[in-house]
Amino acid sequence: MTADERAATARAAGRAVARGRYLGLVAASVLALLLVCAAAVAVGPADVGLADVLASVGGHLGLPGMTDVPPLTDSIVWQLRLPRVLTAAAVGAGLALSGAVMQSVTRNPLADPYLLGLSSGASLGAVCVVILGVAFALPAAAFLGALSALVATLSIARVGGTITPGRAVLSGLAIAQLGAAGTSFVIFWSAKGDSYREILNWLLGSLAGSSWTSVLISGSALVVVGTGIVLSATRLDAFAFGDTAAASLGINVNATRWALLGAVALLTGAMVAVSGAIGFVGLILPHLVRGLSGPGHRRLLPLTVVFGALFLVVADTLARTVFDPRELPVGIITALIGVPVFIVLIKSRRAAAWA
Amino acid sequence: MGVRLDRVSFRIGGTAILDGVSAQLPTGSVTGLLGPNGAGKSTLLRLIAGLDTPAGGQVELDGTALHGLTRRETARRVALLEQSAAPSVDLSVREVVLLGRIPHRSRLLGGFGGEDDHRVAEESLALVGGSALAARLWHTLSGGEQQRVQIARALAQRPSLLLLDEPTNHLDVSAQLGLLGQVRSLGLTAIMALHDLNLAAAYCDRILLLHRGRLVAAGTPAEVLVPETIAQVYGVDCDIVAHPRGGHPVIVFSPAAEEPHPPVEFDGDFRSSGAGEAKNRNPEQNLRRIRRGRLVGRAVRAELADPDPTKDVSA
Repeated sequence: MTADERAATARAAGRAVARGRYLGLVAASVLALLLVCAAAVAVGPADVGLADVLASVGGHLGLPGMTDVPPLTDSIVWQLRLPRVLTAAAVGAGLALSGAVMQSVTRNPLADPYLLGLSSGASLGAVCVVILGVAFALPAAAFLGALSALVATLSIARVGGTITPGRAVLSGLAIAQLGAAGTSFVIFWSAKGDSYREILNWLLGSLAGSSWTSVLISGSALVVVGTGIVLSATRLDAFAFGDTAAASLGINVNATRWALLGAVALLTGAMVAVSGAIGFVGLILPHLVRGLSGPGHRRLLPLTVVFGALFLVVADTLARTVFDPRELPVGIITALIGVPVFIVLIKSRRAAAWA
Repeated sequence: MGVRLDRVSFRIGGTAILDGVSAQLPTGSVTGLLGPNGAGKSTLLRLIAGLDTPAGGQVELDGTALHGLTRRETARRVALLEQSAAPSVDLSVREVVLLGRIPHRSRLLGGFGGEDDHRVAEESLALVGGSALAARLWHTLSGGEQQRVQIARALAQRPSLLLLDEPTNHLDVSAQLGLLGQVRSLGLTAIMALHDLNLAAAYCDRILLLHRGRLVAAGTPAEVLVPETIAQVYGVDCDIVAHPRGGHPVIVFSPAAEEPHPPVEFDGDFRSSGAGEAKNRNPEQNLRRIRRGRLVGRAVRAELADPDPTKDVSA
């Protein structure tokens, strides 16, 4: 063996170690997610033990040898808390994944479905069909709202063929305000019952209304669209040096970008349809995870999904327990965590290049 | 073989950006693409890279017309170095070089095994003498190192043609010379847009001189870089001397003056060979006239009174 071959072998061994460490990280975070979900189902005003949680879930899944759970406890776990926790996990994963994709294809570290107005657009689309009483069209309307908001934000931000990150955030702000105003107006106009709470839930996000239908909508969107996005990881890598570089690496830039942004609109629409506009998940999670996985998307995206789920399950559990029995909209918790991170990003080394 | 440009044209909204550019560049040659700002250098590079489709004519690489290929197929043959690119996230050198393997990966799962990609990336980085940089982060590199890493990334594409758009921009002089020496030593067919005529004269086998979208001169540096042509295309007054060591032409610019430039008198090694209008017309003759440290040609502003940019001086 020559020295070169030995060095190459050593480097290959180093890469195997790095790969092992990454897989360990994924396994550990998935385990943590399962534990946190179980704990989140157990936590709440009515005391439910972890054993009861496992027994109830096991019983419904038809696992043998499960002890009987009191019917009230069983319905608290199966009908109320478990759908809510699973919805939180799917929404957190979907929003974090959306943020990661948007940051890459727009080359904007501040890109996020909430900051660029997609979430407000989706909320507006959603409340329109809720008011019209055609609730089955909710995810479709939210998707159309998110897509319109995305197209509007990017067209406003586009000056002379280029979109700078700063302009994108400014026009996203305008579209987000418009979407929020529209949402509030539609709810006021229809004025029935507790409008204020309903407006707050759509604008700040809430998982209080979660049901198995929510799990189905957010979960299937996450699995279908999320799989497609994770499989495009290599193409996302190609955008690191910009459009021309991506094209010279064999990427069909416009088709790829619009396909991915369309997927993001679909994912965001499905998430907003079940939870309202929850902010900052898509902004902070990708940055946090990049520190663990590195910037390569084949490692970044799967880990972002797990951490996004973990983050929102924890945030939602805080939202419903901290001021028990009153419940905060979960967007307040994510904003409390997200805004400081946003400030750090704005103040960071690269900020000068964004204007 | 090599690169063949056949009456390549490109227009944007009716305005001709490139007009009937034809050239033949042999395999392994380094070609300098020169011309003032807006002459069409970058556009021509984009057409050769397959990023834009010519409005007329075609680009052939080793006998294959490029616009018949898919973007991926093109990316396996042609690599492009842009002017001063920066990544949106902080990549390590290894990750940047690995980007060059993207056109070779399968479309979906994208080479999860990846050992081959890593090996090619390591070889490419070694070729530019950058193995020691592998673990460094992009933003910690000097401008010269960044360009070197970009060349390694381009090499990882395993291209048969390397395109460089003003690769020496923002580099200090030693990094400029190092980078162009590097490009030459690769032995790869290369086309680079350059602003610095002297770097082009020193490092290129051939020069294509563009002016307002037309090819106004093509040939060796000594054939193309003559005072009259430079005066016509760039509108500047210059003298050409032979490099004291390399023998290639060195362009010495004179400050722009309202008055016609006074005849230059040189001491020592440099002697004016006297005003002669006809002597530079014949490139062959001109080539012979270039000798160590001797002034071979001169243009004065009076001769530039009515430059005709469309005149084909290569004829």
